[in-house]
Amino acid sequence: MLINDELQQIAQPILDEEAGAEHSIRVCVAAGCISSGSDKVLKELKAQVKERGLEGRCLVKGVGCMGPCAGGPVVRVDDGDVMYHNVGSDDAGEILDSLDGEPVKRLAQSMDTPFFKRQVKIALENSGVIDPERLEDYVAHEGYHALARVLTQMQPWEIIDEVTRSGLRGRGGAGYPAGLKWSTVAKAGGTKKYAVCNADEGDPGAFMDRSVLESDPHRVLEGMAIAAMAVGADQGYIYVRAEYPLAIKRLEKAIKQSERAGILGKRVLGTTYDFHVDVRLGAGAFVCGEETALLASIEGRRGTPRPRPPYPAESGLFGQSTLINNVETYANIPALIRNGADWFSSMGTETSKGTKVFALAGKVNNTGLIEVPMGTTLRDIVYEIGGGIPEDRPFKAVQTGGPSGGCIPADHLDSPVDYETLSKLGSIMGSGGMIVMDESSNMVDVAKYFMEFTTSESCGKCVPCRVGTTHMENLLTKILSGEATHHDLQLLEELCDLLQNTSLCGLGQAAPNPVVSTLRYFRHEYQALLTDDEVETTAQEEAE
Amino acid sequence: MIDYVHPEVPTQDKRWRLVQAEMRKHGNAHSALIQTLHAVQDAYGYLDPETLERVAANLRLPLSKVWGVATFYQHFRMKPSGKHTCVLCTGTACYIKGAGELQRAVEEYFKVKLGGTTEDGELSFLSARCVGACGLAPVVVVDGEAVGKLTPEALINHLEGVIDADQ
Repeated sequence: MLINDELQQIAQPILDEEAGAEHSIRVCVAAGCISSGSDKVLKELKAQVKERGLEGRCLVKGVGCMGPCAGGPVVRVDDGDVMYHNVGSDDAGEILDSLDGEPVKRLAQSMDTPFFKRQVKIALENSGVIDPERLEDYVAHEGYHALARVLTQMQPWEIIDEVTRSGLRGRGGAGYPAGLKWSTVAKAGGTKKYAVCNADEGDPGAFMDRSVLESDPHRVLEGMAIAAMAVGADQGYIYVRAEYPLAIKRLEKAIKQSERAGILGKRVLGTTYDFHVDVRLGAGAFVCGEETALLASIEGRRGTPRPRPPYPAESGLFGQSTLINNVETYANIPALIRNGADWFSSMGTETSKGTKVFALAGKVNNTGLIEVPMGTTLRDIVYEIGGGIPEDRPFKAVQTGGPSGGCIPADHLDSPVDYETLSKLGSIMGSGGMIVMDESSNMVDVAKYFMEFTTSESCGKCVPCRVGTTHMENLLTKILSGEATHHDLQLLEELCDLLQNTSLCGLGQAAPNPVVSTLRYFRHEYQALLTDDEVETTAQEEAE
Repeated sequence: MIDYVHPEVPTQDKRWRLVQAEMRKHGNAHSALIQTLHAVQDAYGYLDPETLERVAANLRLPLSKVWGVATFYQHFRMKPSGKHTCVLCTGTACYIKGAGELQRAVEEYFKVKLGGTTEDGELSFLSARCVGACGLAPVVVVDGEAVGKLTPEALINHLEGVIDADQ
């Protein structure tokens, strides 16, 4: 087949390089490791390989995130079962000396641990394997093969059918079935349609999208191109936070490379189909993660949401039918198409299929980026993969979903992670931030932290959110200062109910979640701070 | 839409040309506003009122709208910043691991409030929602470079070093 031959040609230099090399050294060049100095390590390794005349025999390349972000800079030699942590540029010589012998013990960390063994990678399949700045490397790892397949062998409805059958749900938080969204956009009228990628990862404590974009930008582009073909869009926008300069740089580079290679742009892979992608920068507004606010921001306006319906699928960007998916959703598409819907739906639980990427952080031994099948229990994530809590201190809660999510206490550690279970527990899946807390965290203070966040991020358009969040924050401050009464607590609960039911968009509706969930599981911490004990006495009276 | 008269554009200012190039790249469309403001901030360091007027005229937008967008987004600075900037990450992971202590230490040592600039104009102390380097919490970004796993003492030392380096 012609297209596959073309792709083969693009990949050839990498395949040749790999065939000739005896050793490969991979250095993580994602933002986390770079800020620990991995770029210097990479430069030093390359220089020394040249100096020793090992070029061709030993490949040195920068790759995307390998997972254990707290151990950066991270280096991996060949496919052995060790990974070097905290590598400095002066360790380069020692690493090269050890190539044909035993690994450098001083730096080595075993990879035969649950952190690596328990993970299943789909969206992160190429992270830590390929050089994110080289199109050739992506193509050599089956990149753009799914796009070639849909262009030559599949009709738009067949693509949508495949995605629907796979059971893939939106990875941005709400978990709306992707297939259903795609088919709504495909059925919508109008001549111009858009495919938008939401990379405005605003949840504090979440860095999955950043890692995917930095480690494998072409994957997201391929997913978008397939989606655009399925729904009939010819223009895509990726809305990225301005706080992620490296992700922006790599995305822009990736777009240029694939346009030059004839993979994106006019006449995709030589067919009659066009697809252009542009990057749009966010400017530090959390509310822009909400889809209608995001579209307003792409149009160059203030990022304020509007009531739905009409949903963006009917009337979105510039008034046209628009498909909006999260980075991780798009990143799942190439593998899904290559391996088929049955393969994808064989992973996960009854209602949540596939895998989910989590950013594991806070008081946990192995902080970093992980991808696990849906339905893995929280205990496995925190204690097996995360390696437990430093100094074996007792676990208190795990926070998922950021400012729109909640805290899950120790009693529910054995719950499986899927959309339904998490929302039953009063939290949400969210985009995948997971922050572990030990007993040093005061839950009222945690609730106030998130309330402060939503108060300052409320866009001010609707009254319940603008005024309600401020009042809730004031009440929490009052409780923390030990001046509040039970009446204040009651008022706080009423406000939770009010915001959930009357706010315009998801930001306001979900803003009380951190308070509601901490009240549900840690009510005693609130009560201990109140000045009167009215409720306790009435409860006693009732008992008598 | 009202037709605006182009104000006199200083041809000497190279920074303005960068902004113009960005606007042209987007066909001077209204939707180019946010991208243009990014270009202004990259070139000038902040959004100054005069340039905003020029942007408004070029994109044929009311100044009120440009001003509205510029002040809505947290990323845009309306005042020039200090010689060095220290951006404190206030994300959840950093909060759990003690970003508050870092804030107090810097505020006390440099006598500057979060969001402000020291009197000598050497250091601006800003905050970001989350810089996405949660594995290295608590993190600050000093002059564009992320520094992680900090203690209050280490941060003060680092900032002192950065400020002393060019004196």
